[in-house]
Amino acid sequence: MHRLSEFIVGLLFGLGLLLSGMTDPGKVQSFLDLAGAWDPSLAFVMGGGILVGVVAFGLAKKRTTNFLGGALHLPTATHIDKRLVLGGLLFGAGWGLAGFCPGPALVSMAAGQDKALVFVLAMLLGMGLYEWAEQNMHAKQIL
Amino acid sequence: MQIDWNHFTPWMSLTGGILLGVASAMFILVNGRILGISGILGGLLAPKVRDASWRIAFLLGIFASPLAARLLFPSDWISVPRIDAGWGTLIAAGLMVGLGTRYGSGCTSGHGVCGLSRLSPRSLVATLSFMAAGFVIVFVIRHVI
Repeated sequence: MHRLSEFIVGLLFGLGLLLSGMTDPGKVQSFLDLAGAWDPSLAFVMGGGILVGVVAFGLAKKRTTNFLGGALHLPTATHIDKRLVLGGLLFGAGWGLAGFCPGPALVSMAAGQDKALVFVLAMLLGMGLYEWAEQNMHAKQIL
Repeated sequence: MQIDWNHFTPWMSLTGGILLGVASAMFILVNGRILGISGILGGLLAPKVRDASWRIAFLLGIFASPLAARLLFPSDWISVPRIDAGWGTLIAAGLMVGLGTRYGSGCTSGHGVCGLSRLSPRSLVATLSFMAAGFVIVFVIRHVI
């Protein structure tokens, strides 16, 4: 039951990304291109997502368990620090450069696009580097 | 500012966005999880992988979506990808996205959709950061270089 539900959520999310236009890097870059011919479509993607999300998370905050009776893992972190901002800036720069963010890159890779495959492999390497750095830097208390 | 009316797809984008919202809603309410792609993926790369099975089930759903879209939707509903970036740029961008999303604890889905829906100030700051960097970089590559 759990695994089926997670699979369906992944499927719906992928379909949403495909319909929204997020899997088209050119469209993403046109949204980020305020000085050129601006395509505001992606604002509607975020708007649509938040419209539903606000209701769902409002409901989730009032509950202690999920519908299947398990734990509700709502984030507890509230601090705003250098990591959050620097990480966001680095992510945004990469997003603008290629026009891919993680979800659409995975969907496009599954659709058989070689450029998305290369992007995803580099992204996984970046995530792996983060894990490696966390392990080593923390041990040496540099970060 | 001039609007690119030829590529503007408000209804399809809104519909897609609502679907992203529905998926995020199901994930928190039914499974009790935040739908954040970078976190779900990154959790599989941690030295001690925790609860791999739900992450993999979710990812299999993502991977099945292009085939499902081909079966369910007319082909003109999905915009044909235009990828301007060359191979070197894609590799650099992928590294930046991988590192940045993990360091900043989230991407467009976890911070942008779920975080803003939770009215989290932390996610708002993250979202403003990545959007600002995206605007600046696209300005540079399309209008400066």
